[in-house]
Amino acid sequence: MKDYTLSDAVLVNNYIKGDECALSILIERHKQRIYSFIYSKVFDRDVSEDIFQDTFIKVIRTLKNGKYNEEGKFLPWVMRIAHNLVIDHFRKGNRMPKFEDNGEFSIFSVISDGDLNAEKRLIKDQVEEDLRNLIQELPDDQKEVLVMRMYRDMSFKEISDKTGVSINTALGRMRYALINLRKVIEKNNIVLTN
Amino acid sequence: MAKFYFTSSKREEKHLLPSRNTINFLLNYSKSLQVIECSNSLKFETILN
Repeated sequence: MKDYTLSDAVLVNNYIKGDECALSILIERHKQRIYSFIYSKVFDRDVSEDIFQDTFIKVIRTLKNGKYNEEGKFLPWVMRIAHNLVIDHFRKGNRMPKFEDNGEFSIFSVISDGDLNAEKRLIKDQVEEDLRNLIQELPDDQKEVLVMRMYRDMSFKEISDKTGVSINTALGRMRYALINLRKVIEKNNIVLTN
Repeated sequence: MAKFYFTSSKREEKHLLPSRNTINFLLNYSKSLQVIECSNSLKFETILN
């Protein structure tokens, strides 16, 4: 049954056509990676089991409903579902805060250490990844200036020296890079908030 | 020392696997889930025994 010669795309296709064994192979092939990913975020075996199960329930339902768009990216798609369910898990936890009334006042219940919690860290990572992908879509000259300015913290004078264009041209490219990013974000209804 | 802790925790995570029960549940769920497509492009999910 463990046929590792078939690609994910072929197995997904077979599964959609009714071959239940294909799902078994897909789960066996990717279970460790997906489960480890979930566990690395929630650090709880029981919660990881639940999220792993919910992830594949969503996978099964999507495939059986014919809503999966095959692009040869089965694993990244499943990981994304798992990632979103981990975020949901932390959100649920925030809506239902645990309160233990043991009669003692704890200073930790009213102060924050200033660090992002696990949910916010995940969202921040996701936003940054989405933004990096969007930047890749920009024309090369605009991308170059934006990366130098935002990620390498270079001044426009330094960018001008490095790229061999005037400061005004560098400023213009930066301006158009931001305009184009906004356009893509609005066009695709992408939410980039933390 | 830091390296030692880092590598051991990584090794531990590598061996993390979902339980057999969870996988069996998923396989059974998949077998029992049927999607019925109606003429007006409506789809219904049913769980068969």
